[in-house]
Amino acid sequence: MNILVCIKQVPDTTIIKIDPETNRLMREGVPAIVSPFDAYALEAAARIKDQDKDTRIYILTMGPPQAIDALRECLSVGGDKAFLVSDRVCGGADTLATGYTLACAKEKIEESEGIKFDMIMFGKQAIDGDTAQVGPQTAEDLDLPQVTYGWEVWPNGEGKVKVKKELEDGFEWLEMNTPCVVTITKPDYEPRFPTIKSKMAARKAEIPVLSAADCNIDPERAGLKGSPTKVKKSFTPPRKEGGLRIKEETPEESAKKLYDLLRDKGII
Amino acid sequence: MLQSSYEPQSKDLWVFIETKNGKARNVGLELLNPGRRLAAIQGGKTVGLVIGYNCDEAVKEAFAYGADKVIVMDNEVYDHYSTDAYTAAIVHAVEKNCPYSMLMGASPLGRDLGPRVAGRLKTGLTADCTSLDIDEETGRIAWTRPAFGGNLMATILCPFTFPQLGTCRPGVNKKLEPDFSRTGEIEKDDYAFPADQIRIKVLETIAEEGEKVDLEGAEIIVSGGRGLGGPEGFVTTIKPLADALGGVVGSSRAAVDAGWIAHSHQVGQTGKTVGPKLYVACGISGAIQHLAGMGSSDFIVCINKDPEAPIFGVADLGVIGNLYDVCPALTKLILADKD
Repeated sequence: MNILVCIKQVPDTTIIKIDPETNRLMREGVPAIVSPFDAYALEAAARIKDQDKDTRIYILTMGPPQAIDALRECLSVGGDKAFLVSDRVCGGADTLATGYTLACAKEKIEESEGIKFDMIMFGKQAIDGDTAQVGPQTAEDLDLPQVTYGWEVWPNGEGKVKVKKELEDGFEWLEMNTPCVVTITKPDYEPRFPTIKSKMAARKAEIPVLSAADCNIDPERAGLKGSPTKVKKSFTPPRKEGGLRIKEETPEESAKKLYDLLRDKGII
Repeated sequence: MLQSSYEPQSKDLWVFIETKNGKARNVGLELLNPGRRLAAIQGGKTVGLVIGYNCDEAVKEAFAYGADKVIVMDNEVYDHYSTDAYTAAIVHAVEKNCPYSMLMGASPLGRDLGPRVAGRLKTGLTADCTSLDIDEETGRIAWTRPAFGGNLMATILCPFTFPQLGTCRPGVNKKLEPDFSRTGEIEKDDYAFPADQIRIKVLETIAEEGEKVDLEGAEIIVSGGRGLGGPEGFVTTIKPLADALGGVVGSSRAAVDAGWIAHSHQVGQTGKTVGPKLYVACGISGAIQHLAGMGSSDFIVCINKDPEAPIFGVADLGVIGNLYDVCPALTKLILADKD
């Protein structure tokens, strides 16, 4: 099986800088991590590879040059080869433009590697944008079936996969023909750690950087230009001081004061 | 060049009414509230788009909770949700009727469906909106949403294409008072996606074990966090208080990650978004990601030993104290009064 895992390098969410001109995040200079749900997606793929050595896992990201560090991290925990799509033309992309870009890159990788992907995996949502849109929009661009909120994926006979999908009140096992798209949410298992050996190999790995032209990307459909949504403004939410604080002599008195106040306000 | 396949003939605002077993789910009904407000400003009708099977009940509910008109697609192929059938159905209805905008619930179904619809229509979708307004400059909808786990708010526009799409999480909006005598124009759309073209097969359904946790529908939630120190706290302290108040037990991510309680109880950016009448946070520090999940609560109480905990910043009433002393005392007072 050939699996493409799309990841995103995201800024540490406790430190934010915004470019006042474009209202877009300035990603340089802010500590970065592989978005956690993407790490779960990679782990799900790595588990397939544990069981079938013929599985190859490719990692793809669209991002600025430093996203290459996130790719190396992924190579150290199961990825076989990684690609970075990085181009000014792709900058400022919303989810639709990102989905289009990743779809183009996927086709480029298939062509240059002489393979066809059976499955494309994503984390459910990136923890900076939180939209959960890129996976499904890439799937739509490629006209592939999708299952979202997956916990586990396994091959299920020739040309099929089965996915354990989280529902609001339980789970279902779903089957699709490949090629297909799966987005992964937090499962009941943790991603593996790299070994010293795998980290060293990742450090030395050659990671092709693809330009928009390499991927036959139409500049009208990528980046800010290709984004139907525009950020009008960003702002930090107003700091809230909070309401009344209660601290009586004893916890019982505090509880009584709380209780009385809640009753007075008709809340209980 | 960004452009839509159509030019809307009206400012009609659609609300996708998600159904289950023929009844409307709350998330869609909630959206009729901001929907009506926006449609009124723009001079359009509020139209409910009901998709399901045997869904006369859902149609009645859509009118009761604020729709002026309902478009209904009632067919067996829509009984069990599938990405393929629902995406095709919505795209068909949109291309036929050319609405100005559409709201959808950011339920798991909505998050699966919304981006596919937006992708197929090549239009803009803004997810998880916490407030909706009209942009003065363009007259279009201004979608405001949290990013970075709530550290940043962004106001987004969809300035060039139609329909303008947005989703809101369940509980962020409140349903209007229903009026079941309300009715209006019903347009039946017979489009039935061919069932044999659905590309997903259900192999097996596994119902959740134990009690179903309905956080999104709860009026009162009592949540526990890292301050509990262990799983027993949920049993000895949090649940009794929740039961006394007639509420549901929630949790912060820390307690779920520690294995003290199931993920189905998790409130927060990567858990559920809730908007109860009363939210009681016990031993929860109030990380931004948790606040993103419960910030829409009508009234917030916190109980925490640490007066510097960020949760005090959003709490209407904050008790500085040990939850293991305060909560049982509060539970006792509530139960005593009941007798």
